[in-house]
Amino acid sequence: MLFEALTFQLGYNATLVTIGAVLLGLAAGVTGTFLFLRKRALVSDAIAHATLPGVGLAFIALTLLGFDGRNLPALLIGSALSAILGLFAVQWLTARTRLSEDAAIGAVLSVFFSFGIVLLTVIQTMETGGQAGLEGFLLGSTAGMLFADAALIAAGGAIVVALVFLFRRPMTLVSFDPGFAATSGTSLNRIDLVIMGLVMGVTVVGLKIVGLILIVALLIIPPVTARFWSDRAEHVVIFAGIFGALSAWIGAALSASAPDLPTGPLIVLVSFALFALSMIFAPGRGLLASAYRHRWFQRGVHIRQGLLALAQGQPIYEPLTLRLLSRAGLARADGVATESGKARAARALRDEKRWEVARATPDLELAAARYDGLTRIEDVLTPDQIAEIDARIGGPEAVA
Amino acid sequence: MTPAHLLEIETQAKAEAAAADSPLAIRGMTVFYDQKPAVFSVDATFQPGRMTAIIGPNGAGKSTLLKAALGIVTPLAGKATIFGAPLSERRDRLAYVPQRASVDWDFPARVADVVAMGLYPKLGLLGRFTGAHRAKVKHCLARVGMEDFAHRQIGQLSGGQQQRVFLARALAQEADLYLLDEPFAGVDAATERAIIDVLKELKSEGKTVIAVHHDLSTVPEYFDDVLILNVRKVSEGSVAEAFTHEALDAAYGGRLDLAGTAALPVSA
Repeated sequence: MLFEALTFQLGYNATLVTIGAVLLGLAAGVTGTFLFLRKRALVSDAIAHATLPGVGLAFIALTLLGFDGRNLPALLIGSALSAILGLFAVQWLTARTRLSEDAAIGAVLSVFFSFGIVLLTVIQTMETGGQAGLEGFLLGSTAGMLFADAALIAAGGAIVVALVFLFRRPMTLVSFDPGFAATSGTSLNRIDLVIMGLVMGVTVVGLKIVGLILIVALLIIPPVTARFWSDRAEHVVIFAGIFGALSAWIGAALSASAPDLPTGPLIVLVSFALFALSMIFAPGRGLLASAYRHRWFQRGVHIRQGLLALAQGQPIYEPLTLRLLSRAGLARADGVATESGKARAARALRDEKRWEVARATPDLELAAARYDGLTRIEDVLTPDQIAEIDARIGGPEAVA
Repeated sequence: MTPAHLLEIETQAKAEAAAADSPLAIRGMTVFYDQKPAVFSVDATFQPGRMTAIIGPNGAGKSTLLKAALGIVTPLAGKATIFGAPLSERRDRLAYVPQRASVDWDFPARVADVVAMGLYPKLGLLGRFTGAHRAKVKHCLARVGMEDFAHRQIGQLSGGQQQRVFLARALAQEADLYLLDEPFAGVDAATERAIIDVLKELKSEGKTVIAVHHDLSTVPEYFDDVLILNVRKVSEGSVAEAFTHEALDAAYGGRLDLAGTAALPVSA
């Protein structure tokens, strides 16, 4: 079942949903990256919750005017308008009052959401409201998705991705260094507006599949996951798009092969699984890699200090140092150096002296800044420079 | 018209002419934070092809003056012109180096990526980043002695190295006016020397350098001119004219006695 779902062989509706979800995941991942880098991830939650009254009002307006209230494009336009209002409210509260952004987000989010819920209840009591299915916008509802709906999501997602590509440089500038961006001619307000506009686009497009409560997960989790895998913003964007699309694809397939399970929440859970795996196993920033690096560095420092102590005939008290030295065959368990230990100790002491001279030499000071207690000076300086240092070690010191 | 009037008109005309030539001319700049003045009615005309230090005690409004002149902070009153025109027409001629601590260094970027940001404004939205751009990034890193670090993640740099990366980014902008906010704050001695060498090179190329500076002892050695601030302007001019005991006393009040003004290489 799952294999059929993953390869789009599970019927028309399931295929539409999966394709729509993958494009949505891609768009949300790349857009969310800049939201995350700009440290404004939670604004998306306010935007998402602020869509609800728009959906309700659009439905009521359509019905009163005699149209079908379930027209998706019209509902999405309504949701976009009220999302803009919500975003504006957050911006205004932050800029004009002493409220911080998190407080403004909390206030706007809950007020708009409450108003939306009231409207949905009112709609329930209307004649045509009973079968409206607007609650589907809360957590997404993919049953009965039409081709036109999928096409709308696909087109919206494609536009969002194209705009992210177009604005990637100014968005990176503003996210990293707003002051520099402003002086070099990038309008902060305009670029922030672009970022928020894109977030709103993703939110509106994603209402049908994941719903307004969970869309924030698709905007935040894939970029955070991607950050574990790359140290360059341009790659983080790409990885976030891939992780978003992958989560959506697997999540939609899972829900298609087990029809009682909801699509949106499954997509979010899959993206969390990717996040958890990345957090543990990613090279570089992952937990295992960090722990390993820490241990390796600790070992290096202990051995170095042990060797320096051996070279200068000082006793070693630290049990870990002794253990590491004897395991490496550099010293006996009682702290007496072996033959290879003596040679290594002499080398370590010479290295340390060379670094010391390098630090005191104006021309070499820049290179000497790379001293970390482990890096060998041969890896930083040229043989000529080292010869010069050795000449000095033998020179002035002997006179003194 | 009386001679006094004529003199006034002449002085004003001279001031305007000076402003038109000046890389950065500030008029009546006033900034308030929460109804407290941070910068009050400051006039300053910086001279082309020279290095100027903006000095003053903590909270004197040094950084704020710079930020207001650059439009990063909105002034309550006052204006700044860059080479005789408003900032919006002259962005391509200035490079700003913010305080190192003003950004998050855990941002996903390598050293070369940050320097490349200096080229973004000229690249625009659609310009392609070519081999020539890469070569320029490399060259700018070499000028600050950081070419070996091009592929380092910026979070792994020391404070001094971060400062040099910021300077390299400014070099990539190929500006005529360089504005630096505390470029020597918390950097190692080697970096301080590397930075001052680059700034002196810029000056010898005819560029103008303005830096917010906090170490009074190096002012005469590093800079040609000073602007001494303490919310209001205290003095302005060449180091010989303006960097005096009286001016420093006026700006720092009694606070400088701890450091010992007597030891400072001030002008008589």
